[in-house]
Amino acid sequence: MKPYLREKIPSGFDEIPDTTSYEAGYLVTKNAGWRNVRPVIDTEKCVGCLNCYLYCPDGVISRKDGKVQIDYDFCKGCGICKRICRVGAIRMEAEK
Amino acid sequence: MALTAKTLDETEYFYGHKACAGCGGSLAVRIALKVLGENAIAVLPAGCMSAVGFNFPQLCFGNNAIISTFAGTASMLTGVQAGLKAQGITDFHAVGFAGDGGTADIGLQALSGAIDRNDDILYICYDNEAYMNTGIQKSSLTPFGAKTTTTPAGKNIHGNLRQKKNMFEIAAAHDIPYAATASVGYLNDFIRKVEKAKSIKGTKYIHILAPCPTGWGVKTDETVGIAKEVVDCGLWYLAEYENGSFTLNHEPKEFSDVSEYLRKQSRFRHLTDEDIEIIKQSRDKKWEFIHKNFKKEK
Amino acid sequence: MARQFLSGNEAFAYGVRLARPQVISAYPITPQTIVVEKLSEFVEDGSLKSEFIHVESEHSALSCAMGASSVGARAFTATSSQGLLYMAECLPYAAGGRLPIVMMNANRSTALPWNIYGDQRDSLSQLDSGWIQAYAENAQEALDLALMSFYIAEHKQVSTPFMANLDGFVLTHTYEVVDVPTAEQADEFLPPFETENKMSLTKPKNLGFSAGPDTNTFFKYKEHTGLLNVKKAVTEAESRFESIFGRHYSGLTENYRTDDADYILITLGSISGLVREIVDKLREQGEKAGLLRIRYMRPFPNEEIAKAVKNAKAVGVLEKDISFGNEGTVYTNVNSALQKAGISIPTSDYIGGLGGRNISPGEIENIFEELKQEKSAVKFLGIEVR
Repeated sequence: MKPYLREKIPSGFDEIPDTTSYEAGYLVTKNAGWRNVRPVIDTEKCVGCLNCYLYCPDGVISRKDGKVQIDYDFCKGCGICKRICRVGAIRMEAEK
Repeated sequence: MALTAKTLDETEYFYGHKACAGCGGSLAVRIALKVLGENAIAVLPAGCMSAVGFNFPQLCFGNNAIISTFAGTASMLTGVQAGLKAQGITDFHAVGFAGDGGTADIGLQALSGAIDRNDDILYICYDNEAYMNTGIQKSSLTPFGAKTTTTPAGKNIHGNLRQKKNMFEIAAAHDIPYAATASVGYLNDFIRKVEKAKSIKGTKYIHILAPCPTGWGVKTDETVGIAKEVVDCGLWYLAEYENGSFTLNHEPKEFSDVSEYLRKQSRFRHLTDEDIEIIKQSRDKKWEFIHKNFKKEK
Repeated sequence: MARQFLSGNEAFAYGVRLARPQVISAYPITPQTIVVEKLSEFVEDGSLKSEFIHVESEHSALSCAMGASSVGARAFTATSSQGLLYMAECLPYAAGGRLPIVMMNANRSTALPWNIYGDQRDSLSQLDSGWIQAYAENAQEALDLALMSFYIAEHKQVSTPFMANLDGFVLTHTYEVVDVPTAEQADEFLPPFETENKMSLTKPKNLGFSAGPDTNTFFKYKEHTGLLNVKKAVTEAESRFESIFGRHYSGLTENYRTDDADYILITLGSISGLVREIVDKLREQGEKAGLLRIRYMRPFPNEEIAKAVKNAKAVGVLEKDISFGNEGTVYTNVNSALQKAGISIPTSDYIGGLGGRNISPGEIENIFEELKQEKSAVKFLGIEVR
């Protein structure tokens, strides 16, 4: 199962578990705020080789219609995807 | 047929974690879990990957996962597999992800015990060549010359004076069913190795070099490139140990420039030409050994 | 039920076999070895179906047991002294993880100086680790405790690891006639281990996580509550035990002739047998002596002790440990119990049996004699200059 964002943040005494075990893949915060730059895919140039998907440390690149898409909620903007892309289909843009 | 980017499990099992941007270790964990699938049960000791993945209530493993004590990765893995086996459960993969310090220093005894017992576990060491989680201190896998916070580079001492411990051959010396080296710069090779390990009963050890941009002093987008370069310049190698013999998986036609590899990392920037000569010599000695003792992949 | 001539270690191993642990991980150390040797034999002869793991250290013994428990398997290990200290990191880890592992500890002195004989400094040094701590007096109690320990540890409202202590050599190696229950009886007593606190393929979980300053106190309070619930679980286990096996146990403490006693000696473990004899002897002489045996050091029987000694004129504590720079740990705990209950009577600490030093009947009689002076003091048996 892929970890995903939940609405409820268990924080009160009665909300937290009795033991140090909890549902796997329970996310309550995003990583979007870490970024200075964001990768942008040029779908015209993208050949769908999936190299960027393979080498992304955060796994935020996924397949879509033979190309790729980025989950900006969790992309940290490291730029590995841009460096690994053989066809120059990814550019880094400054976050505003 | 070997798995590729196109055939790999699309599910992300390690997601939303707080690793530094461009973290090589998180890439190794992510890819290994995609190969092992949803029935992987991961054990991670104190270290970067547990620190970034298990901050309640932000829990970043989609599969079963637990933090072990720093020294106890392998022994906890043993317990996990024995506990499941005793309940008649067999369709799982007990996998450990420990850093270089957690493996070659504090966790070595437990790892040796597990290999000796041939427990059915896969132990993956993500080697970023220092104690990164605590702020870049020297481990026994820190290479010669590297500047860390406990091996500062000054006039008198140029960083770490010791060579990197040879964990791959230490694992192999136990006559382990399967051991391999890998690099996050060559993920298809790593994927193939994890896939192979998945199919072998008994203890498996994979040692993957996983650069840490923060500790190595490179840009966040250079992780993969530098992990490729360390193999290309011959300071790391891709190999396997199986059925009592070593195999070299990848022979660079010609080594790329060692000093170029070193000088782009701030941890090596202080090295003199003499220091680099020492590094080259030890590389050449290693490759002499490899050529003599390792089979070449057909 | 069959009567057998067994040492404390063997009796405990028979008890463990009856509990059918699914994973046993152990490393040898004197005087614990016989327990794990016996269990290995049981696994070999097929009378115990268990994964027996020959770990390479005590740290790994408990780490392995934690791994097994974290996937819902019943796990057992055993150790002693230096071994207990070597695995010390794993003790609060297992307790914080609420993993109901059972461990037998053969009480032994801790180095330096080296010494293999019995005292209780090893386990008492780990009182704050979050484990249930029980102390057996004899081989029968050792066997029964082995079986009951799993019931108590795995109790839904407890879910806490259990350390069962047996005095090294004096109990672990002394042979007695012991009733060994049948497997059918044991199965009736002890249900299979079930927990939600585990990694399972059908319901994946993340275990052993970090909890920051905001929730950390909550987790620790819940851990504390688990230990406090042990009292209820012990009562439940012992009444269930009595109905099946016919043997009675008295909860966190055992009171012997304390009801009208003026002078009560509090102790734990195997020395209680001798104290009981002295109490009888003194009673025959018209002295109002009593014994309070602490069976559980954690949770600490504050109310039970206060209730038993409230009418006494003075209380002594006889213990095989010393918290250096202060006093015996049992004494500290007893004084705290009395203070909280508003009981203000003289209390004295007698530190004896260190490194296996014999405690003689005369010394115990002398303790009762000194209690009559009704003065508080901390004394070492065998040392005149204090």
